[in-house]
Amino acid sequence: MTARFAVGDKVRVRRAYPPGHLRTPCFIRGKPGRVTQVIGAYANPEELAYGRKGLPKRSLYWVQFRQTDLWPDYAGGAGDTAVVDVYEHWLEPAAARTRK
Amino acid sequence: MRRHHDMGGLAAGPVEISEHDYAPWEKRVDAIMRLLSDNKRRLLRVDELRRGIEDLGPGAYDQLSYYERWISSITNILIEKGVITVDELGRAIEDAKAHRREAHP
Repeated sequence: MTARFAVGDKVRVRRAYPPGHLRTPCFIRGKPGRVTQVIGAYANPEELAYGRKGLPKRSLYWVQFRQTDLWPDYAGGAGDTAVVDVYEHWLEPAAARTRK
Repeated sequence: MRRHHDMGGLAAGPVEISEHDYAPWEKRVDAIMRLLSDNKRRLLRVDELRRGIEDLGPGAYDQLSYYERWISSITNILIEKGVITVDELGRAIEDAKAHRREAHP
């Protein structure tokens, strides 16, 4: 399958709070980041968690976030970052942002 | 809403970094999970294990130890899938207790 995003792309994690098993931690939802690696396509764990096949496979990315974007009270260096594995269906282009 | 297990960023105190041995029953739980999920059986995937742990609820999630969470999740999912029945499990647990009482009166 073709990955929608490429290294360097600015993205935003979707802000959604569905029930069920998922791999997108709360602390990055709604946050802006940048793709640093396209890891590959994997069966979707949100489906595998319920005994299904997890198809179609979903592209997985490393997305880098600024710590100061993640934590309002962050006391470390201004250049500090965190990298999180995020599946494609949780990402949208940063330009698609509609509300803060 | 944030689900209970999704704890990134919450205050959690210091990390316990000392080494510790696993109890024999903990090794058995690990072995059970590996056997259930191997290529021959494929009865349970790690994603399902995690889902089952997350669904234990906040009380159990905090009170149970790591491998207690594992065996609770494994048990619930095997019942859901019909691999074991509640009746079978209830009887097996009582048998095991009786066996232990005989061995250690």
